[in-house]
Amino acid sequence: MTAATLEIPRGRALRTRVSGDDLVKRGLMVVISLYLLVALAAPLYVLLSKSVSTYEFDLTAFELQRSDESATTWSEPTTVATLNEEVGGVITPDQLNTGSDGRLSLTALYPDFSFRSPVMYRIRGTSDDAAYLVGSELHRGTEWLELDSNSFRRVVIRPSASLGLDNFVAYFSTPALAQSIANSVLMGVISTVLVISIAFGLAYALNRSCMPFKGFFRLVTTIPILVPSLLPGIALVYLFGNQGLLKGLMMGHSIYGPIGIVIGSVFFTLPHALLIISTALSVADQRHYEAAQSLRSSPWRTFWTVTVPGARYGIISAAFVVFTLVITDFGLPKVIGGQYNVLAVDIYKQVIGQQNFEMGAVVAVLLLVPAVAAFFVDSAIRKRQVALLSARSVPYQPKPDRGFDTACFVYCSAVALFILMMIGVCQFAATVKFWPYDLTPSLNNFRFDLMDGGGWGAYYNSIVMALLTAVFGTIIVFVGAYMVEKTDGFAAGRTLFQFLAMLPMAVPGMVLGLSYIFFFNDPANPFNAIYGTMAILVVSTVTHFYTVSHLTALTALNQMDREFEPVAASLKQPFHRLFFRVTVPVSLPAILDISIYLFVNAMTTVSAVVFLYSTQTQLASVAVLNMDDAGDIAPAAAMGMMIFYTNVAARLLHGLVSRLLLKRSQAWRQR
Amino acid sequence: MKHETIPGATSAAVRSRLSAEGTEPVKSPYLQIQNVWKTFGEFAALKGISLSIQEGEFVCFLGPSGCGKTTLLRAVAGLDLQTRGTIHQGGRDISVLPPSQRDYGIVFQSYALFPNLTIEKNVAFGLENTRRSKAEIAQRVAELLDLVGLASQARKYPAQLSGGQQQRIALARAMAISPGLLLLDEPLSALDAKVRVHLRHEIKNLQRKLGVTTIMVTHDQEEALAMADRIVVMNHGVIEQVGTPTEVYREPASLFVADFIGETNQFPAKVLSGGKVALTGTELACAPHGCATGTPVTAVIRPVDVIPHGDGARSPGAPDVVATRENLIEVDVREMEFLGGFWRTRLASPRFGDGLLVADFSINAVRRLDIAEGSAMSVELPRDRVLVFPERAA
Repeated sequence: MTAATLEIPRGRALRTRVSGDDLVKRGLMVVISLYLLVALAAPLYVLLSKSVSTYEFDLTAFELQRSDESATTWSEPTTVATLNEEVGGVITPDQLNTGSDGRLSLTALYPDFSFRSPVMYRIRGTSDDAAYLVGSELHRGTEWLELDSNSFRRVVIRPSASLGLDNFVAYFSTPALAQSIANSVLMGVISTVLVISIAFGLAYALNRSCMPFKGFFRLVTTIPILVPSLLPGIALVYLFGNQGLLKGLMMGHSIYGPIGIVIGSVFFTLPHALLIISTALSVADQRHYEAAQSLRSSPWRTFWTVTVPGARYGIISAAFVVFTLVITDFGLPKVIGGQYNVLAVDIYKQVIGQQNFEMGAVVAVLLLVPAVAAFFVDSAIRKRQVALLSARSVPYQPKPDRGFDTACFVYCSAVALFILMMIGVCQFAATVKFWPYDLTPSLNNFRFDLMDGGGWGAYYNSIVMALLTAVFGTIIVFVGAYMVEKTDGFAAGRTLFQFLAMLPMAVPGMVLGLSYIFFFNDPANPFNAIYGTMAILVVSTVTHFYTVSHLTALTALNQMDREFEPVAASLKQPFHRLFFRVTVPVSLPAILDISIYLFVNAMTTVSAVVFLYSTQTQLASVAVLNMDDAGDIAPAAAMGMMIFYTNVAARLLHGLVSRLLLKRSQAWRQR
Repeated sequence: MKHETIPGATSAAVRSRLSAEGTEPVKSPYLQIQNVWKTFGEFAALKGISLSIQEGEFVCFLGPSGCGKTTLLRAVAGLDLQTRGTIHQGGRDISVLPPSQRDYGIVFQSYALFPNLTIEKNVAFGLENTRRSKAEIAQRVAELLDLVGLASQARKYPAQLSGGQQQRIALARAMAISPGLLLLDEPLSALDAKVRVHLRHEIKNLQRKLGVTTIMVTHDQEEALAMADRIVVMNHGVIEQVGTPTEVYREPASLFVADFIGETNQFPAKVLSGGKVALTGTELACAPHGCATGTPVTAVIRPVDVIPHGDGARSPGAPDVVATRENLIEVDVREMEFLGGFWRTRLASPRFGDGLLVADFSINAVRRLDIAEGSAMSVELPRDRVLVFPERAA
């Protein structure tokens, strides 16, 4: 029996007879894949195609004829282009570039045009695609249409669409807009360098020293996650703004602009960087340090040859995350940026301010570039980092060192003070009558119903939205991850699904929000009905924060024995029994983590939902933005604090429930 | 009792049925695998596997990692469907059935016990949803826990049990639904040596008691030799040999089997006429084989089959061994290694060229024949233990 003599029989590969269970599983996977296609892939596709769609009036595509006053003899058919030349170019080349809604009237071609005249007109396209409107009635094609003067007045031609990079060319040739790129990159780089340095110091102190109050510092450094990124902006206005408490420290510089953006960015990205670097530092191997010590290496040399290289992947990863967060954030530069334009605010201005959707799409695509790059660098790094951890590592145990521990404590105290001051200032401003003139305590600023921005209704909307996001998001994410991780066969579908699930990480919220406008606001879209409802806010938020939740679920499921499913099948139990009796209970901590993550982010997010809320579905985070815009800074701070209180409460509840569950399940977790 | 029909003695008959395909078997086999292929892209993990297993038999799939043994087991379980070929179980075509519609219990190396359910609930998992009353289920669970000797642990969680205990629970869970076939996927590999030896004895007894047809996958030859009624030796996706433990050990069908099970001395040789082979420096009489005169072959003899005779000319052979004066070779003892139960020696002779002959001698023989490093002695390579295999095509 040698391999050479054997030949595989011809025919098709066998396939398992599909069981009822498989059908249910596949059905679920199709549903969740469809969700991601509709909520992510399709909108992004529409956005991309918008950014490369250019609309131009093609004057050669239409022919006109005009009669004399008796309406009997007609002029020769002439194209609009020729007519335009004859009358000296009344339609300027500038006018030809337009948007998807562009309309161009033709009456200017006839200097003596009068809508009362008995002169008759004929119009037709030179090709089947040429389209024009008479009033609101659409005509298309090469048939002549005869109109009286009064009707001809209402004729407008429609532009023809073509694909090309004209929008990008237009963007880059507008100096003010192109400057935004430089500004965004500059802000990103400065903030990243600062945040990484500060976060590394913090992580080092937390992991490598014996200073007291580590738990307190860990807690304080997570605060920025619980507030919208607008809040540090507001705090900076109070501290360093025109009536600022510490305005003197600015030495004549204005906080409105790059300085404010950088300080605020440091505040809101610090927890993200700290988490990543701290993880990298916490996996250190004691044996490396013992080896260094036995080789009589100086602490300084040990730091540069052992500590930093060990954490380098974490540092690089954190740098990319921070850079992406800074340049894609919209709330902070909106509040504190002043005249300093950045990309994220440009999208908002182009779309909300000028209704220039194509240009908004161009900026969105530009924003995608660094985010996608960061995503790929990060995933490449993750793959390499695995090798650093080995089961035989001995965890590093710091030894007390009075001088070093004191230095760490002072440093951490300074950072904690900065964070607490930012929050404290907002808290204070929110609860006094009128900062800084009347400091008597008052809850006037919480009377949101008296302000623009949606009032208390916006706050309740936010809670409802966050709860719905947490509940439905967790279900969708967990079931989706389960299908990816634990289904057999259907490999192509699972790969596609996995790709879609990773995609949101690379899509900034602004870009997602804008793509939703393009996709869902199209009347031809069957999902058009959810536009302007709570549903679209929940869908966009779940999608925006999908990847991290998905990875959390995947990690939990990955730790579960791969053989559970085969065992359950051999015992003839349907998969849903295994799912509800084993998979879900065992993954409960991860499920709770996902839901709190989604809740907190749904409360604070601004970037995607700012394009999507309607008058019935205003949100607290957007209210902060709008009240700040309207000059109601104290109420904006108060609303920001409401979000903070809510998130703290949610966190406490989460901690309590987790602890209870852990206590109950301790029996089977303990070895 | 079912297990008495286990063809311990009749395995030769079973084997002859296998080798002579097409002849009608006396009794139709319980599990019949026919021309099963499994391909992953260009790579074929199973190449036309055909195998019959009788009811009540304990069969081991043995082979190095990547030989296809686990792939074959998973095909039988319906976990990774074969690309071609059919599988019949108890006369039913199960080739393309999903796992839930087949009839087997399975035990994995990882135990795969549900961590959040008690031992009791784990064992009862397959019994729920089956129109059994609570009392019936409880009784069956108690029975099974008794069977594996863990009745006192019923209320504990898996993490509170030792590895060996967990594996016994996994076995009880698999047997709860009284499956017609028990599949064991390297069930002992995660355990430490002592527990492993103990548990393999226990599993074998349990299997005898229940008479359930069993397939075990293992890469541990000792495990396979100790437990199986028949061993299926696999390599590179094909079956090299099917036979009882003694058959595959004493009469390996190929060089691979000889090499994989037990230890071997291997010498390049050429077939001479008259039942002899020529090594580089000597001629040996050998066991019958089908190789034509002049073909290059590999001559194989196991270290334990080498018979010591002391210093050839002067001292007599061991009293229990009749020296045939055939294949008798003068050797120098180069190295001796004490391995507890026996001595492993490396013997040199011009007749082996540069190669050394490895031979295992009993402590008794070493003492009696006064074998020591540097001494000279003669050894006999018994004719019927010199196996000859054609050189393998590269």
